[in-house]
Amino acid sequence: MSDPLRSIAKLDGVKRSFGAVRALDGVDFAVHAKECIGLVGHNGAGKSTLMSILAGTGSPDSGTIAINGAAQSDWTIQRARALGVRCVFQELSLSPNLSVAENTRVSHGALNGWGGAKRAADLIRASLDAIFPGHGISPQDIVGDLAIGQRQMVEVARAFTLTDDPLHLVILDEPTSSLDAQTARQLLDHIRRAVAGGISCILISHILGEILETSDRVVVMRDGKVVADEPARDLTRARLVAAMGGARLHAKTTRSDGVGASQPVVAQVQAGGAHGAIGLQARRGEVIGLAGLAGHGQTKLLIDLFEAANARRKGMTVDGAVALVAGDRQTDGIFPLWSIAMNISIRSLAALRRGAFIAADKEADLAVTWRERIGIRTDNLDNNILSLSGGNQQKALFARALASDAQIILMDDPMRGVDLGTKLDVYDLIRTQAQQGRTFLWYTTETDELDNCDRVYVFRNGQIVAVLDHDDLTEEKIIQSSFAEVGA
Amino acid sequence: MPSFAKLFATPWIWSFLGALIVWLAAVIFTGGHGAGGMITAALSLAVFTVIVGLGQMFVITLGPGNVDLSLPANIGLASAVAMKTMDGQDSLIALGLLAALACGVVIGLANYALIRVLRIPPIIATLSSSFIILSTDIHYGRGLQIKPPDSFADFANVQFFGVPILGLFGVALAVVAWAGLQKMVYGRSVLAIGQNMRAAKLAGIPVERVRLLTYTLSGALGGINGALLAGYFRGASVDIGNEYLLSSIAVVVIGGTSVAGGKANVPGIWGASLFLVLLLTMLNTFGVSAGLRLLLTGLIIVGVITAAGGHKTGR
Repeated sequence: MSDPLRSIAKLDGVKRSFGAVRALDGVDFAVHAKECIGLVGHNGAGKSTLMSILAGTGSPDSGTIAINGAAQSDWTIQRARALGVRCVFQELSLSPNLSVAENTRVSHGALNGWGGAKRAADLIRASLDAIFPGHGISPQDIVGDLAIGQRQMVEVARAFTLTDDPLHLVILDEPTSSLDAQTARQLLDHIRRAVAGGISCILISHILGEILETSDRVVVMRDGKVVADEPARDLTRARLVAAMGGARLHAKTTRSDGVGASQPVVAQVQAGGAHGAIGLQARRGEVIGLAGLAGHGQTKLLIDLFEAANARRKGMTVDGAVALVAGDRQTDGIFPLWSIAMNISIRSLAALRRGAFIAADKEADLAVTWRERIGIRTDNLDNNILSLSGGNQQKALFARALASDAQIILMDDPMRGVDLGTKLDVYDLIRTQAQQGRTFLWYTTETDELDNCDRVYVFRNGQIVAVLDHDDLTEEKIIQSSFAEVGA
Repeated sequence: MPSFAKLFATPWIWSFLGALIVWLAAVIFTGGHGAGGMITAALSLAVFTVIVGLGQMFVITLGPGNVDLSLPANIGLASAVAMKTMDGQDSLIALGLLAALACGVVIGLANYALIRVLRIPPIIATLSSSFIILSTDIHYGRGLQIKPPDSFADFANVQFFGVPILGLFGVALAVVAWAGLQKMVYGRSVLAIGQNMRAAKLAGIPVERVRLLTYTLSGALGGINGALLAGYFRGASVDIGNEYLLSSIAVVVIGGTSVAGGKANVPGIWGASLFLVLLLTMLNTFGVSAGLRLLLTGLIIVGVITAAGGHKTGR
């Protein structure tokens, strides 16, 4: 069906870095007329970055973009729209305070002027009817009042509305993630109809079954590169998983296993509760990994455990003081008006008192001790916390938790934006601390880090779906458990 | 002169400087007459703003949206409760003070309950509770002026060499508040919550307990203020606290506390309170009419907040 001679969009040698992180490392990518491309890969493989560049919302550090064979020098989202490239974003882009019809109207210049409101309403209703029969959404509904799945439907339907602007390519970034099975089915069927009608689509999804059945061609990305590009009919689920995961984990770290079944359980999540049919147990001195795709309930479990330490929670027991190392530093961790020392000591103030007052010398000692132990690069701990680099701010947050009296340390993907040297230091520290009897629950999106764990729980859709012991741990097994079985 | 430069980098120095300037202006206008008297009067009157200003400071430091608008009604009711309990008898003075304090504590607890249990934003919760308090006060006090016992009124007006005893009390209270803010776990917790409530919670701070304590503290200080005001002005009345709605917030902001929360300044409360009182004194000595005086007060407060707040909120 696809005509390889005619590429409607072509990216060549595209590179993009965010700080030290290389999101795209020289990607060549082409979309042909009348084809559906399935785009798969891990979180952080570069899929969304690549699509934002193609849609005109992001710009590459280097590389070229050509549409219908014409190189584009000034590629913006307006230009993309004018040339018929549209994107349904993962972060929904509708204005919540406007109605469905008004959201449609603002995206089409042709719907200006008198009667535009009526035409916009008709347009979006027709599109919704065509894609999602029985959708139950009125054009007059305010978007903010709609459920997340309905908003996703409007977003998709709006991308397929036609006025004066041409439409050649629709990018769908995880469009089914918030749709139920039946609506997802309707959408996938519509994609096939659209492709048959001459529109090309790019479909990003973590559900490999729908990728394989809907796409003509599948592109696999890993670490900012395209690692496979094959016709969908030649692929199987297993081969896709292998392409995404690549080689096995490198040489196993031998954990000096002092942790036996004799150690007491300090944190427990009962099976059959809100977190799924598999329970979680953490013993004294264990390092427990939480894996799976990003945002599938790992952070929520950590927060639930954090709260369970202070107040009774159903189905959860936490025995001992807890401390949390935030991964989202700005939102969950840093106190931006304070010095480095105050940011470290905040979790330990009760222990730093002399009588009713916080002892300044004890506070300073604590900060100095941990600057040495964890290697925070600063000559003055009284400097503002924001004077540190991101990685060093993160070290300060580690210091805050490790300096405290907590015996259970919860870590919420704490290595985001941390350089390799720091990471290795912190891994060592975690291992030593665990040997001294501390328990770590560690959510990470980096599969390599799971190698530091005694046991790994894999999450999908807010539930624990698999438990892997350290010795059975392979990236393929984690990926296998992370993805839904639908349609495979 | 690094120490001199450092002094002028502190945010509270400007409020004291402002107080000094308006005092000098007034003294120059009178040709030096009553310079000392002005200061004595200012010290007495500023204390009342300092007391509620400190409570308001802790509340505002809890972060955006936190403010106690029930202080004027609180002061009014507490003044009536104190005077009625004292019943003009010297032997009941301590009990009356205690009753005013308890009244303030209950109001603070009620404010927090509205905020927490009914999830009403503090600005609405404290404003609506002030209507309830006001109605209670009107019913309870019957709108009458109730006189304090003579010795309580005398005590509230005692001076040592031109320094009013209430001024000394105000300074002592500020020292305690400063220690609480800078040196105690409670103050650190308030400052942390004001910067980032979620991070504070995740750092193990009992956020809701600290908020409860802070609104209660503000209420308690309002209650004490009501009793002292009634003693100083020799009588309780419903509208005795009216001016403290604006002034309690104004002294917090002029004094160098961040409206965005997380950063507070105790000495600045004193400087700003003296500034406000002396500003009024200056305008009175100039002989401007009541209408013009209010207009100028409003304009000057807006001007000072703009000037003082400009660089601080810029970070």
